[in-house]
Amino acid sequence: MPGKYIPSDYLPILIFLMVATAVGLGVLIAGSIFRLKRPYPEKLMPYESGNLPVGEPRYRFSVRFYIIAMLFVVFDVEAVFLYPWAVVFGSIGFYAFVEMMVFIVILVVGYVYAWKKEAFNWD
Amino acid sequence: MLAEIFFAYFAVVIVLTSILVIASRNPVHSVLWMLLLFFHIAGLYLMLDAEFLAAIQIIIYAGAILVLFLFVVLLLNLKEEIKGRPFSRIFVIALVLAIGMAVVISSTMKLLPPGPVGQYSMDMIRATKGGNSSIIGRVMYTEFLFPFEIASTILLVAIIGAIVLAKKRLRS
Amino acid sequence: MQSSYADVARIIPEIFLTSLALLLLMMELVTKKKEFIGFIGIIGVVITAYLTLITNPGRAFSDMFIVDGYSNFFKLIFYLNVILTILISIRYLKIEGVNLGEYYSLILFATLGMMIMASGTDLIVIYLGLELMALSTYVLAGFLRHEIRSNEAALKYFLLGAFSSAFLLYGIALTYGMTGTTNLKDIASYVTQHGIAKNPVFTLSMIMFIIAFGFKIAAAPFHMWAPDTYEGAPTSITAFMSVGPKAAGFAAMGRVFFDALGPIRLDWVAVIIPIAILTMAVGNIIAISQTNIKRMLAYSSIAHAGYALLGLIAGGSEGLSSMMNYLLIYAFMNVGAFAVIIMLRREGFKGEDIDDYSGLAKRHPLAAGLMLVFMFSLTGIPPTAGFVGKFYLFMSAIRAGYTGLVIVAVIFSAISAYFYLRIVMYMYMREPKAEVELSTSAPLGIALAITVAGVLILGVFPSIVIHLAKASLLG
Repeated sequence: MPGKYIPSDYLPILIFLMVATAVGLGVLIAGSIFRLKRPYPEKLMPYESGNLPVGEPRYRFSVRFYIIAMLFVVFDVEAVFLYPWAVVFGSIGFYAFVEMMVFIVILVVGYVYAWKKEAFNWD
Repeated sequence: MLAEIFFAYFAVVIVLTSILVIASRNPVHSVLWMLLLFFHIAGLYLMLDAEFLAAIQIIIYAGAILVLFLFVVLLLNLKEEIKGRPFSRIFVIALVLAIGMAVVISSTMKLLPPGPVGQYSMDMIRATKGGNSSIIGRVMYTEFLFPFEIASTILLVAIIGAIVLAKKRLRS
Repeated sequence: MQSSYADVARIIPEIFLTSLALLLLMMELVTKKKEFIGFIGIIGVVITAYLTLITNPGRAFSDMFIVDGYSNFFKLIFYLNVILTILISIRYLKIEGVNLGEYYSLILFATLGMMIMASGTDLIVIYLGLELMALSTYVLAGFLRHEIRSNEAALKYFLLGAFSSAFLLYGIALTYGMTGTTNLKDIASYVTQHGIAKNPVFTLSMIMFIIAFGFKIAAAPFHMWAPDTYEGAPTSITAFMSVGPKAAGFAAMGRVFFDALGPIRLDWVAVIIPIAILTMAVGNIIAISQTNIKRMLAYSSIAHAGYALLGLIAGGSEGLSSMMNYLLIYAFMNVGAFAVIIMLRREGFKGEDIDDYSGLAKRHPLAAGLMLVFMFSLTGIPPTAGFVGKFYLFMSAIRAGYTGLVIVAVIFSAISAYFYLRIVMYMYMREPKAEVELSTSAPLGIALAITVAGVLILGVFPSIVIHLAKASLLG
């Protein structure tokens, strides 16, 4: 149950996170205290002494990014399954090898399919 | 006492950030709040001595799935939605239902009779060589072999689905 | 505990079907003749059906998977459904311009998910089977990539489906927290031994299960996705979705509710009874005002889920066998009706409006005659199978003591005659408006022959299937 166990091994990470947050916030706060504030219209333009931008900065990403990201997620998940498998491979042995091969073959079929469908191409 | 403080911190931040995820007008901000949310869930896993899950939470959720979310958000180019009202008219009804459900669930959960601890206690896991990952591996690749293989077909369907639905030119 | 060869022998049909789906996916890459892929798929499913029949019954994979009469009967429904769907799809996909091999592969993966749901005796396995089925069906619902209605169908189905999965997971988590197991039988024995069956947490998880499966079988008030999804999805997939995932939902529901939630049977029956009544009411009453035939059949499919719930409520081998029997009959009559709808679809003409059926009997008497049989069967008029199915359902519910519920069901059945027979009336009593050409093909003809034969033979000789269903429960 949460609330009984403290993962003390992770204390360095906690300290690191605290230092990082403190530095990040500290720099911003210190900057806002010590910097000079003399705004004038030209200075507030997105490009000082440049042209005024037209339209909005957001633009539509191509749907290709989505396919790439989706394939990345799928193979990332697959890779994660390999990690505990590798840890116990020695104790389970050949049996573990067979089951992981089944798992991988099914996904390799998907990989071949994606390749042949030119999902990795930027057409 | 210290553990309770940590737990309270993670729990409060998880609830707050998940509210911010759905309440932010800018979908990119939603995704960033979600990132914070995932990190805190990983922290909660650590407090349960589930180190492997915590690592997965960061690698898969914060690393891969959020990138996918971000791409989809940028893909949609939500201009009107950002300017429009964030919630529709049924918001009040939905809010009442959600609060009602939260009350029902939280009051019921107090009555939960905790199940048996089972063989995989924290002490047992820490005494095992390889710790968390080795225990998970041993369970997943012997007892839970069948669900593990089903997972591969689900991943395959995800590949096919992404390509069928989103590939611009499908050679047929 | 490692699995042995005996474990693997029990899932040979599943292994074969997976390999078949992978093969079809690879064939898509090399062959230009997509209908060929469909034929290979049908042959493979027939072999899978044979393998299912010769598989030894028993449990496998540390009690996560079971081969018994119950699962085999449901698997036969799924095979029938997938074969009929492939038959009606072959010409239809060309008309819609999405003649892709992935379609057949995804249908098989969805069927694999259903088989796992019907055979799973562990909540994790049932959940994974459900996700496999749902994920494939989401993609199939959006298979008409360039049609906005199809995209809408897929998106609505996906959002609400993902939502319902969350409920299922929450229910699983609660039971696991209470009992420390996800095995259905172990859950039941643990709660009875420790006397915590009446604990509110268990009741809460039961409600979560009802919500999750209610979404899958499209029972009111969790039916909201069904009309839009059924209307927008490709017609062949609408036929597939209205039979397969629904039957799979009932299969998993039967297992979870009788095995795991058996100790609180009276509680869940008390929740399901109002759901069944509401489902029949929503389905039958809203169907009256529909003008799109796919949408009308979507509401009709909701209503039929309400009837089938009667079997679950009645329980026992009689109630369950009448539910299984009804789902099989529903597969015949519903896919048959969709096959006729597909026949009306041709390039540049949707043929989904009920108006399009005006005077069909004059131009195409055979098609109109077939539609007449299916509509009669959906209404439940003898001598069609629909009558037999409803008769056994209602009888089992009466014997279990739910006479009031059966009276309600009969009243809604009578109401349903209005919208089913309206189509018959359009076909036979109206003048044809415009020239309607049929897009027939040999596979579609075979599908129609199978379905009409099923509806009529089971209607005249009902003992065949009721014996099969009962024997499969006892065996």
